[in-house]
Amino acid sequence: MTDALLEVRDLQVEFTTEDGIVAAVNGVSFSVQRGETLAIVGESGSGKSVSALAIMGLIEKPGRIAGGEITFEGRSLSSISERDYRKLRGGDLAMIFQDPLSSLNPAFRVGDQIAEALLTHTYEKKDAARRQAAALLDLVGIPQAGDRARDYPHQFSGGMRQRAMIAMAIANKPKLLIADEPTTALDVTIQAQVLEVLRKAQRETDAAMLLITHDLGVVAGMADRVVVMYAGRIVEEGTLDELFYEARHPYTLGLLNSLPRLDSDRRQPLRTIPGTPPSVLNLPPGCALAPRCLYVQDRCREERPELTAVGPETHRSACFRAAELPALAGAAMDVPS
Amino acid sequence: MTSQHPGSRPGDRLTRQERMRESAAGGLAAAGSSGLLDTSIESDDALAIGEPVRSQWRLVLRRFLRHKLAVISMVILLLLGTMAVFASVISPYEFNPTLDAATLKEARQPPSWEHLAGTDKLGRDQFTRVLYALQKSLVVGLGVAFISVVIGVIVGSLAGYYGGWVDQAMMRFTDLVLVLPALAVLLILASNPDPTFFGLFDLPPATEVNGMIVVISILAWMPMARIVRGEYLSLREKEYVEAAVAAGAPARRIILRHLLPNTIGAIVVFGTLAVGLAIITEATLSFLGAGIQLPDVSLGNLISDAESTVGTDLAYLILFPGLMLFLVVLCVNFVGDGLRDALDPRAVK
Repeated sequence: MTDALLEVRDLQVEFTTEDGIVAAVNGVSFSVQRGETLAIVGESGSGKSVSALAIMGLIEKPGRIAGGEITFEGRSLSSISERDYRKLRGGDLAMIFQDPLSSLNPAFRVGDQIAEALLTHTYEKKDAARRQAAALLDLVGIPQAGDRARDYPHQFSGGMRQRAMIAMAIANKPKLLIADEPTTALDVTIQAQVLEVLRKAQRETDAAMLLITHDLGVVAGMADRVVVMYAGRIVEEGTLDELFYEARHPYTLGLLNSLPRLDSDRRQPLRTIPGTPPSVLNLPPGCALAPRCLYVQDRCREERPELTAVGPETHRSACFRAAELPALAGAAMDVPS
Repeated sequence: MTSQHPGSRPGDRLTRQERMRESAAGGLAAAGSSGLLDTSIESDDALAIGEPVRSQWRLVLRRFLRHKLAVISMVILLLLGTMAVFASVISPYEFNPTLDAATLKEARQPPSWEHLAGTDKLGRDQFTRVLYALQKSLVVGLGVAFISVVIGVIVGSLAGYYGGWVDQAMMRFTDLVLVLPALAVLLILASNPDPTFFGLFDLPPATEVNGMIVVISILAWMPMARIVRGEYLSLREKEYVEAAVAAGAPARRIILRHLLPNTIGAIVVFGTLAVGLAIITEATLSFLGAGIQLPDVSLGNLISDAESTVGTDLAYLILFPGLMLFLVVLCVNFVGDGLRDALDPRAVK
């Protein structure tokens, strides 16, 4: 585990609000190996985006990193200067934001914006950077990339803009690509194309990817390993197969069960997880999921389960009943046959 | 609930899959099968190809041209500007002729084709004098607009981008200058014959155009600073700025490439209106006796000089520079209005 590209240990991020201090991320640890894709899954407010911003060093004022350690290529990011951090951002560490419509500056040309990212880090000559920008647009599948590079963002469609954002992110051959809900703002029909572009971009640059999403369909198509977050903590972690086929946490099960499937009965309403996510302002003392959990016991309300290995070393779950969960869930499912 | 009918399920599933295959709008399933293999764009960007590329400024120009009053004002301003610049070519007279008998003989003539705005008590052609005065007024107006925009943008940029104590310091200083009684301070500054600011600077006196520009600019930049700061505060929250920060762009580049270009509309509008304000301020100061002094002419001191003619048959002497001042400032403000509408389409009623 020592050669991990990114190592996050016990990360804590707090936001000071009028109602008190909110722990948006509360002791999260995970690592990303070179070249692999790790997905962080969770619903809104679970702390997944905040974790990503913390890695980029972009937590802004009311928020602060209250504890923990982020190590990138063996270098601790908590202590490096702003100047060095800036060299990392957009260089070895690149990020793709959720909304491509607002992530491009409307006042200047798409190609120039990509060229700018190049000039910041690897290129010195403007001409060369412009040409490379067009080549990158071509790589992400923009037709007539040379001409379209001279367009303004408003002349691009949503899918094209996200492609442009991907081009910008991979411009300097990052080692780690953080994609924060890269397809959420897009049309369903465009999502698959953009994901394919993302995969291609990752292949071309050999980058590792940290994919943040709430869409399990995206996870299934992209990730090697998955981390499931709930209320600022990791509740389950494992390889793609372990999570999808042997989920050992009621929350993961709930997420999987709430997916629409082609072979499910159309007359039945979609399964949901009952209740709403807890306010991170006053989390229950025990397991944060306890009020919504189908398999809750008295112990869950008083004591918080730690993340412990279930079965293989790669698969860990934070549930007291992880071992008996498959049996419980199987019994609870009212699927005939 | 009829979900417990095992017998109906297989057939049910089959028909649904068939329907799925037939339906062109198969949603994710359909897009997934074709889109995953094909990386290039299909229907996605059909709208963008073949559409004529229209630059931002072309759009701005088109919207500006729709604003009739602003266009007319612009034409008048350009005309007046050209006349002022080429005053010596247009007018056969000097604005300060040697006062010989021939000139004096022309004194106190009412407006005629010979002297479009009449002549004063000393026989000087008032039209010529107004043109030369306009020259000075326009130079003062443009100069003040330029300097106050530069100061305002620098102060506002620093305050808006860095925030925190930099913002506090900059904005409290701005407030401080803003609460100064402008006219009194301007009069004191403009009356200083040798402004050196305790030996720190060697500035031209306000009796010269350059000195006048400096004096008015000192008290004209604050609204610009506030506007720029306000714009930056909202622009800073935009995702493309965050994206630029995430791409490792240094502060200088974020300000110059991302924040400033998106503030250009507000800057242009303020700059235009500042021209009008500066011309009025210059006229006011000259009228009150500070600033540009006779025999140099400015719209202010021409009006001041003709003050005593009100009520006499020489009143045309005050009318013409007065009308000129009115016309220029009015036109400048209309142009400013037109620019505001053209640069910010959302602000149109």
